[in-house]
Formats: sequence, C-alpha cells, structure tokens
Amino acid sequence: MPFVTSSKTKPAYDVIVVGSGAAGGQTAYVLAMAGAKVLMLEAGRKYDPFEETPMFNTPKNAPLRGVGTADKYFGFFDATANGGWTVPKEPYVVKHKSQGDAWVEAKDTSRGGSEQNFIWWRSRMLGGRTNHWGRFSFRMGPYDFKPRSRDGLGIDWPLTYEDLAPYYDKVEALIGVYGSNEGLENTPDSSPGILLPPPKPRGYELLTKKFCAKLNIPVVPAHVAILSKQQDAEKTPTMLHPDNPTAARLLADNMRTRLACFWATPCGRGCSIKANYQSTTVHLPPALASGNLDIITDAMVREVTIDGSGKATGVLYIDKATGKEEHAKARVVVLAASGCESARILLNSKSALFPNGLANGSGKVGRYLMDTVGSSLGGQIPMLENCPPHNEEGASTMHMYMPWWRYQDQLAGKLGFARGYHIEFFGGKMMPQAGTFNGLEKFTGGSYGKKFKEDARRYYGSFVHFAGRGEMIPNEDSFCELDPDRKDAYGIPVLRFHFKWSDHETKQAAHMQKTFAQIIESMGGKVVNPPQLDGNKAIGVGGSIIHEVGTTCMGFDAKTSVLNQYCQAWEVKNLFVTDGGPFVSNADKNPTLSIMALAWRASDYLLAEMKKGNI
Amino acid sequence: MNPPQRMDRRTAIKWVLAATATVSMLDAHTFGQNASAAVGYGADPDLMREYKPGDLWPLTFNKDQQRLVAALCDVIIPADEKSPSASSLNVPDFIDEWISAPYPEQQTDRKIILDGLTWLDAESKRRFKKAFANLTVKQQTKICDDICYVPKAKSKFTAAAQFFGKFRNLTAGGFYTTPQGWKDLEFIGNVALTSFDGPPPEVLKHLKLA
Repeated sequence: MPFVTSSKTKPAYDVIVVGSGAAGGQTAYVLAMAGAKVLMLEAGRKYDPFEETPMFNTPKNAPLRGVGTADKYFGFFDATANGGWTVPKEPYVVKHKSQGDAWVEAKDTSRGGSEQNFIWWRSRMLGGRTNHWGRFSFRMGPYDFKPRSRDGLGIDWPLTYEDLAPYYDKVEALIGVYGSNEGLENTPDSSPGILLPPPKPRGYELLTKKFCAKLNIPVVPAHVAILSKQQDAEKTPTMLHPDNPTAARLLADNMRTRLACFWATPCGRGCSIKANYQSTTVHLPPALASGNLDIITDAMVREVTIDGSGKATGVLYIDKATGKEEHAKARVVVLAASGCESARILLNSKSALFPNGLANGSGKVGRYLMDTVGSSLGGQIPMLENCPPHNEEGASTMHMYMPWWRYQDQLAGKLGFARGYHIEFFGGKMMPQAGTFNGLEKFTGGSYGKKFKEDARRYYGSFVHFAGRGEMIPNEDSFCELDPDRKDAYGIPVLRFHFKWSDHETKQAAHMQKTFAQIIESMGGKVVNPPQLDGNKAIGVGGSIIHEVGTTCMGFDAKTSVLNQYCQAWEVKNLFVTDGGPFVSNADKNPTLSIMALAWRASDYLLAEMKKGNI
Repeated sequence: MNPPQRMDRRTAIKWVLAATATVSMLDAHTFGQNASAAVGYGADPDLMREYKPGDLWPLTFNKDQQRLVAALCDVIIPADEKSPSASSLNVPDFIDEWISAPYPEQQTDRKIILDGLTWLDAESKRRFKKAFANLTVKQQTKICDDICYVPKAKSKFTAAAQFFGKFRNLTAGGFYTTPQGWKDLEFIGNVALTSFDGPPPEVLKHLKLA
C-alpha cells in the first residue's frame, strides 16, 4: 500500500521528500529506484490523471462554457485542484495598490489587472503544478550559468552547463521531449537520439517563420514534454539505469503504458493517455512500483526538526484529515515544495542553534526571489483569413518558437537592457471558445446579424498571439519573509512578499512589444492593441508567469548562499532543497526542465554521500 | 488519499449540487434581481460530469426578459443557410447562467446586461410603442444600428452600445461553443488522430507557401 496514512508509516525512512511536483517527483524517482526508502509528503489531495482528466469534454458541457473564473483561473477543465492565485485556508501577504503601504492578505484571483506587488500560484494536489503546466522544456545555456562573468550583473552559478548537460539528457529521455538540435548560440543541442521528432509546423507557424526570416528572427521547433511518438521502452530504461536492471524494468513497464500524442485535447487538462509529462504519470508510478516509496497526501509540512548536533531528523506536518500535528523521521530531508514554500518551511524551523531559521546563517533564505518577464500582443493577419478548413490542433501547444537571437548585440550594449527573451506564439483554427470572438468589432466596425456570421467565418483562425518570456536578474528588493503576525488555518506562519522589477526587465518588456508589432506588421497584419511602449505597463505583475525561483540560492560558499552546487544545505549536511529555490539566475528558458536536471544531479550526490556514510 | 476519503469528496460535491439544483427550480423573483447570493463551484469541482445552466446557481431572467433576450440573440445571430439562430441553440440560457454566476466578472456583466435590457425595451416603446421582441426586424435594426459599436455611437447611446457589445460577445460565445456553431466555422478537431500531417496543399497554396 504505497499511499499511506500517518498511522501506517514505516518506523523510519532513508529520505523524506516534501512535495510531489517536478522537483519532488524527480527526487523521489531517483532515490526510490536506487533502493532508498522514501516518504513523500504532499500538501494537497491525491489526484489520478487517468480517472480525472476531461479529455474530450467540450466547453458546451462546462459551467460558463468553461471560461476561467475566480475558482479556476485557467478555465474549468484546467488540471489544477484546490489551487490558484489564492488558496482557501492558506493566505499570503502582499502590498495592494488600493491599500497603499499596508501589508494585506492577497486577494486577487486573476493576473490580468492584479494590483498586488506579487501573486503566488499554488496547486494543492498530487503532482502539483506539473499536471497543468505548459510543458515547455528549454535547456539553460552556457552563458546562463555564468551571467555575472559575462556582463557583470547578477550571480554566477557554482556549476557550469557542462556539469548539468548529462542530466538534461537523462531528464529529456525519461520524460520525453520533442524538439530539434539547431546549433544556435546559448541554445544547447541535446545528445543525438535524445529528443523525439518535432511535430510538423502548422500553417500560421510556417507563415510567421517566413516573415521572421526577413527580420533575422529564428523560428525553430519548440522543445515540449509531449510524446510525438512512443518512447523506446527497450533501450531508454537501460540507458538511464545501466547498473540497475530492476529500475530499468520498472521504468520500461511504465513507458509502455504511455501512448504517443493523438493530436487532440489541450495538455493543460492533463493527459489520461500519459502522452505528456506530469509527475503523476511519469515519475510517481515507477517509483511507487519499486515498493520503496510511500506517499501521504493532505500533509502540510510546518518545519524541519533537528537534533542537538544540528542534523535534520525529520519534519513536523499537519495531517489535514485529522488536524493533528505529526512527526515523520528520516536520515535525510529533501524540500521540494516550490521555491517559496520551501523557504517558508526553513524560516519556520527556528531553534536555539538556528534562530533565523534552518540553514539560514547567510540570511539568504527567501532572498533573490525571481519570476519571468512576461508581455504579449496579438495581431490580425489578413493572409490567414478564409483559410481552407483543416485540423491544426496538433500537440495543443506550440510546435515552433523563437529562441533569443541577439546575444551579440546585447553584449555590445546595443539594446539598453542586459538579458534576453524567447517568443512563444499561438494561432490557428483551434477549438472555438466562449471568448474566441470577443472584441471582433474592432475589425468589423460592429457588425451583427448575417454579416456578423460571415465576419466570424472570415476572421476565425486569422489571429496570431505573441508572448515574450524573458530573464529577470536577481535583486535585493525581491524576496519573501515570514509575516510577523499572520498564520494559516493550520497555525503555520505565512509568507509576505517584496517584489520589484529593475529597468533591465521593464525595458525588455517594452522591447518585446516593439518586436511583436514589427513581426505583425511585417506579415501585413494589424495589432489587436497598440504596442505598450512604457515598460512598466508592458510587464506582467511579479509571479504571473509562475516561474518562482531563487529563494534558497546555491553558491560557492556558506557566507553568500544557502546551498552548495548539489542543493545540499551548507549548514545541515542531511538537508537538501531541489525545487526552483536553488536558482541564482532565471534565464528566459522556462525553469521546470532545469529543476528536474538539478534535482537528479542532487539526488545522485545524496545517494553517494549516504553510501559513504557522510549523511 | 484512500478510497473512503475520495468518496467523501464526491459525496460532498453531490450535496452541494443537489442543494443548488433545488434552489434553481424556484422562481428567480424570490431572490430579486440584485447580486446573486449563490456560491461558485469551488476550487475542486468534478470535471467529468456535464453541467447545464441552472445546475450550479439559480438563474435570473423572468418570462419577459427571456423573450427579449431571445429576440436580441437572433438579431445578432439569425438563422442563415449554414446554421440555425442563436436562440434555437439555447444561447439565452447560457447568457442567463452567465449573469447569474457568483463571480466578480459575471457580477459586473450582470448589471450591464440587466440595465441594458431595461433600456432596450424602454427605447423600443419610446420609438415604436412596442416591446423589442414584438418589433419588426426592420425596427429592431433601426435601434441596433445606433448602438452596435461604441466608437461610432452617439454619446447618448454610449452605455447602450457598451451593453450591446457585451451582449454580442456573450451571444457569440454561447453560439460558437455548440456543435452547430463549430460546424458553421468548419472547425475540425477534438478527434484522435494517428498522425499529425501539417497543413494540406490547398492551405500552403492559400498562404503562398507552396
């Protein structure tokens, strides 16, 4: 019985893993497959994508035709349970424009128009945010690990791209990522045979590529964690577990249950045929099958406990089913609860030995909170009007994207901001939604009646939307800390957030707007809204891209960082943090793939240290 | 979570749904037409079942409003050779579900729609001495031409034009999410394929890519 209750746990475990998403899933997978006895604690409920994914359900049969609401921001069918920008019973504290300088409980349930200084997305369910995420899987490049050495800003990582490259290969082979090797600057290739073939580009993607070529903007296959074909269950498991036939067999068994994408239904709902990566279909099933993983859901971790020598002994958690506080024990504790949640647990683990929170002698726990710069603009493209009908749903997300292309101009100081962005773009005759024709009057002059129906046919599928995703440089003004007074419903002190974009980010957002308008106009199109050239208005609110990283930074020494390059706490040898917290930069590459690669590397190190008897 | 807990969650949701369904059978007038007192479906609704307007929160429109909404829906999306009219696909029920929902966006729209409907009937009576639903199409068009687009509406019609724009969005949203609406747009998808082959030759030709 791998799903256990508080009273059914083993007397002791080798490792406790807090969290079950990309980081917790990856960590538990590596440890359990290697034979370590692992207890996973998840704050949310059990979730089964096989039973609970509304694969072919249509908006017609959903409340409000499936549009997003305060309860389900990304739409009714989104694979988020008990999550969102606010979570019942679990407040956090921010500044809100309507209330001046006061610290207030976060209340905004939408990122559009949020007046908070920061918004924090959480997902209280097994698998966490991996169930609904975008699945974009871009490697950080060599420059991204050494940003300070390159341009004097931010912080260098205590490891290099070469250190992490083998783990990128392993993660991509395990989860399944489609894409191609293009040999582009700071946009690494994968080893031969690792990537799955990219799906064929859609019409609007080819058209965009044609016009971007004239602007010297590369448009290449995106890297996305979706199986464009079934994985090789003969070769891949043996490659990933060369010295562990049991692990290879368990992985092969799970791989055979994962089907190739059938080019329908949005990935954001999750996937009952396991064609995309989510922790609940990829990491957890083989780890559970090993018999080495126990999972307790609805277990809200409060703090890490220590012994008199300052070693971690386990964690205290609130069992949501009973409301009681429980103590789980293990030789090693790994926090993988999301960057800010892991920082919160450390800050709440106060003792005589660690009066400022556990592993916080540097004072860096909570510091250098980063998100991704986001800004978007849509265009109406006359060439796409009245396009002959055909199925272009594809992988439900982008087949192509634009990696950052101006590294050299930027280094030469020609752009006025320090770091780059990539462009994600979407269009086509996708499943009509309740909002598909909102705002069409800008193009029709307000038609109604039979003319409106003709206009709808004409304009359907003629829009392309561009979204920039750019790097944020860590700064001293962006961090989370414990609120001195407020507690959640479980009696656990909550976080409050400080957040500030620098000019590098706001100028980058304005640059995105200019670029998008340029692309749209080059295609003979018309922008849906005028480009927003004031960067402070063009940039999304902090937290809105849900790339929360940086609050338990790794580094070269204990004075300036919380963790070493293996995600191990400098001050507590048997304590690790494997989520986005260890990041010291937040390159434009979406962080999830790097979180998993770092977690795998940290888990290998943890196992070796445990074997040596060091922890 | 173990099986008994799962049962509990599902049972709880059923209870909530049963309670709201009972309420929806009562006359909307019982509740007046101010803010809805209902609650939403929560952060963990059952995604696998089908929902209809009225299942989750009580609806609002009275008989006169239903007739008026159906008439305006069909002025915006009438039947033509390709597809039926909006009212024949129950779009008015969707609009009722929308304005009755307990969420902030829908509560804002509720006031715009209810005030707009009141204005529309008053304007019809002022100009033609009849309710909007009883006007000829030509008369309906005379009013709608004045309010169909905010930038070209006279200033005295600004609020009415905002209402009309919102109403058109909702009518289109309700209509184009039906199977008949999909067929009208010639949407092809939501079916499992064995391969994704990219755009066919006629599309490449249309886009001047071939």
